[in-house]
Amino acid sequence: MRELDVARVEETVYTLFRRACCEIGEDVLSLLERNLETEESPFGREVLRQLIENDRLAAEKQMPLCQDTGMAVIFMDIGQDVHFTGGDVNRAIEEGVRRAYRDGCFRASVLTPLTRINTKDNTPAVVHVRIVPGDRVTITAAPKGFGSENMSRLFMLTPSQGVEGVKDAIVEAVRLAGGNPCPPVVVGVGIGGTAERAMQMAKHSLTRTCGEPSPDPMLAGMERELLARINDLGIGPQGLGGRTTALAVHIEQMPTHIAGLPVAVNMQCHAARHKAATI
Amino acid sequence: MSSKAIHAPLREEEIRTLRAGDSVLLSGTIYTGRDAAHKRLCALVAAGEPLPFDLRNQVIYYAGPCPAKPGDAIGACGPTTSYRMDAYAPTLCDLGLIGMIGKGQRSEAVASAIRRNGGVYFAATGGAGALIASCVKAAEVIAFDDLGTEAIRRLTVEDLPLIVAIDAQGGNLYESGPAQYRR
Ligand code: SF4
Repeated sequence: MRELDVARVEETVYTLFRRACCEIGEDVLSLLERNLETEESPFGREVLRQLIENDRLAAEKQMPLCQDTGMAVIFMDIGQDVHFTGGDVNRAIEEGVRRAYRDGCFRASVLTPLTRINTKDNTPAVVHVRIVPGDRVTITAAPKGFGSENMSRLFMLTPSQGVEGVKDAIVEAVRLAGGNPCPPVVVGVGIGGTAERAMQMAKHSLTRTCGEPSPDPMLAGMERELLARINDLGIGPQGLGGRTTALAVHIEQMPTHIAGLPVAVNMQCHAARHKAATI
Repeated sequence: MSSKAIHAPLREEEIRTLRAGDSVLLSGTIYTGRDAAHKRLCALVAAGEPLPFDLRNQVIYYAGPCPAKPGDAIGACGPTTSYRMDAYAPTLCDLGLIGMIGKGQRSEAVASAIRRNGGVYFAATGGAGALIASCVKAAEVIAFDDLGTEAIRRLTVEDLPLIVAIDAQGGNLYESGPAQYRR
């Protein structure tokens, strides 16, 4: 059993969000640069140029690269041999988010859904916990903007629709989203499980290094094929037309019920921000 | 890309020359307003009460900025997705609002309000919050302070890079652009 003070969890959450909102990963930047070279549309190139300049400027000035600093999504893999000490770990997480958004001058975008009354400190966070072997805790901070989150979709397909039905549903989700989710997007896909697990896999797939293929060769093949089909939609950067609609497609899957074929699409804008640390 | 310099509040002659696909650099005075502010503006209109600013020839920017860091005019300040304002925009266009800045496709009702009133819809680059903030020279809350980021702010902008997405002649870059690159 390893004792871990919740103050370290708070500090880690704090640092990860401070960095995630201001510093885009090299993975996204290099994909933007690569697509700038191949993009055919002059508007598309102009948008990609602005995004690259924006992301550099934000990191340099330590200001948010996008004003939508999102809801604070956190993936936490907790080793089963960890014993949290020093207080309530849930409160430590919330406090880390609260302080990061206040000190970073990030936007308070979270409110009660029906009354629309803002919580003013961007809490609560959305926390996904997994218990894993070992005595470490890995925390991934993934602030999620809602321009793209709003374009997410869940399809409860029938088994008869098969692989082709799955592919068509994913392409259709991107087509219907058009310019709304700030393309170029990263398309997160979860196939199988239950309705909620499919969406969770879709979101989790977005924490993968952008553009890195799935370790499963069949899924990796689907990702490549779908990326080409999606870019053939012509939506382009910001939906103004062009060849760069998506930077990558990430798919995760798990077994599902004999009666079902759940497919969740979680849309991620080019502000594909995530930072992780293990403590 | 060569860009045309334009100035807000916009003059009708200036608007008439704009076509979907034109790049412009906008300077002058614009107002931020997004979901909650639009809801309130339209409630005031419905109640026959005065609006916090005269809409005639003005431009509304669909944006909710981050708080400014000490010494800065504003925090990150990119556009939000426009379709959520589609329910309110025609009412405001009919009261003289001439320009809207946001991101993403609009409804046919908004496109027709733009044609009817000789207006224009500009696309700003979504997610370029830091870059756009550097074009904002001054910002001041003028209404609905209690809405926080959703309050209406008067912004002084300089060379804000925009693309004309929907014009008064029926041009719509969200339709013509993707059609050109679809395979
Ligand atoms: S969709 Fe993404 S890039 Fe666009 S405004 Fe929202 S968070 Fe920013």
